[in-house]
Amino acid sequence: MLLDNKRIKIITGHYGSGKTEFACNYAIELAKNSKKNVVLADLDIVNPYFRSRERADFLKKYGITVVSGLLGNEASIDIPAIGGIYSSIMDSDTQLILDVGGDQAGARVLKQYTSYFDEKDSLLMAVINANRPGTADVDSAINHIRAIEYEAGMKVAGLINNTHFLRDTKPQVVLEGHKLVKKVSDKINVPILYATILREYADELAQVLDVPVMPIDLIMRDRWM
Amino acid sequence: MAKVLMKGNEAIGEAAMRAGLDAFFGYPITPQSELPEYLSREMPARGKVFVQAESEVAAINMIYGAAGAGARVMTSSSSPGIALKQEGITYIAGSELPCVICSVGRSGPGLGGIQPGQADYYQATKGGGNGDYHLLVYAPANIQEMCDMIMEAFDKADYYRNPVMILADGMIGQMMEPVEFKELKKEREVPAWATTGTEGKRAPNIINSLYLNPEDLEEHNIHLTKKYDEMKEKEEQWEEYNLENAEVICIAYGTTSRIVKNAIETLKDEGINVGLIRPKTLWPFPEKAFKEYPKTAKAILVVEMSTGQMITDVRAFNEGRLPVYFYGRSGGMIPTPEAVVAELRKIIEGGK
Repeated sequence: MLLDNKRIKIITGHYGSGKTEFACNYAIELAKNSKKNVVLADLDIVNPYFRSRERADFLKKYGITVVSGLLGNEASIDIPAIGGIYSSIMDSDTQLILDVGGDQAGARVLKQYTSYFDEKDSLLMAVINANRPGTADVDSAINHIRAIEYEAGMKVAGLINNTHFLRDTKPQVVLEGHKLVKKVSDKINVPILYATILREYADELAQVLDVPVMPIDLIMRDRWM
Repeated sequence: MAKVLMKGNEAIGEAAMRAGLDAFFGYPITPQSELPEYLSREMPARGKVFVQAESEVAAINMIYGAAGAGARVMTSSSSPGIALKQEGITYIAGSELPCVICSVGRSGPGLGGIQPGQADYYQATKGGGNGDYHLLVYAPANIQEMCDMIMEAFDKADYYRNPVMILADGMIGQMMEPVEFKELKKEREVPAWATTGTEGKRAPNIINSLYLNPEDLEEHNIHLTKKYDEMKEKEEQWEEYNLENAEVICIAYGTTSRIVKNAIETLKDEGINVGLIRPKTLWPFPEKAFKEYPKTAKAILVVEMSTGQMITDVRAFNEGRLPVYFYGRSGGMIPTPEAVVAELRKIIEGGK
């Protein structure tokens, strides 16, 4: 089910769409199924908390290398200092996932890399959560995608339906969100690559949905949250 | 309205607008910058005022002016930024003006760090500015509760003519949760005391905290104290959780209370009963919750994201009845449920 024909996957979306949770889960799936190195680059320069670099040790257990700021994954700092990812962009033996910060502000960081991406080898994904006020209708969701594309200098080539209410996400929530994401997909002619849901409901959802279902374990959210 | 998923800081902004916010004055600081960012977009779009001031000091004085003119106003900041606002806050309290101040705490002292902290308990509840004044301080533990408290805060600020603070920590500001916004019950009228212009038809309204005659100033202080006494009588709020048959009573607020609840559930599965008193108002501190303990209680454990501040109030109202223990993390470190369980075990099993 993993689209591993593109070596570089770039994950963007609205603030709070669940990009990072998706990126971490995706990286783990990829690491389990790929013989190549898996590198997760945390390019989030807009959020101070809940960034994938916070889970670098956890992801290391799956053989995933997390790269982020020049000051290392531990530095808790909110300055736009990122680095150490060019080698992964160039290395054809690396599966690279770019976890990009929210909105067009977060996507701006991509511009420095786009000239190094081989179009045949890279895929820009947009994560959509229909329960987020900024992307709750077709037009605003498309506006978000266009704004991200403008900043990134690339076209979005795949959508992820990541509609959720955190731990309260039943299949019905994802199906409701799917109506919106489907309309967006039809209107801009970009395929839906996955729908996501908590692992316990993945089989149930897969039976009623016509796109691949990616099971999600809550990696970023501590159990008391 | 249906539930939506929002980041705490955005939700503060939306709740304040639903509560009829006329004007916001603020200055960005991590971890609350999404709040002014959200309002900078949404307030003008809804015909309201948003000003990014040149500093926290300027912002709080804009609040002072706009509140005096009768507007419903709010400012927000984080720990060192709230420190800068203290002069304005005591002026506003002294002049008896309503406003809401959101404090999204990070770790200190000084510039500290950008990870969450609860080391501003003293700053919020014991003043920070000069003089005999208090803020009514709410401490939300989740985003829905924070939104509900903000709606309430504006009304209480009007009723008491006093600044009201929402003390959240960075975790509440940054985390996402589903939330449902409530609509304002009735439109707010511009208060009669506001400086809206006399049009030559009435005596001027005066907004002032300067009293050069000591007798007048003492009278003013006595008047303020009566308001604070009324707050103590009417505004204490707290949650009791699993207190029945509790061997240990935990005291925690905000984010920390959620971690403690998780620890309580872990021990419950083993048949060990631990309870929680969660202050929802930090000033007035819920003194009434400490009147009577369950007979099974042998000790109190205070858990904070600080080196121990609320514990002084717990000790005061415990009045020496039970031994009071402390577990805290600071510097932006967040206590884990496992660590709280370990502390509780030490108390219960070790006869600490």
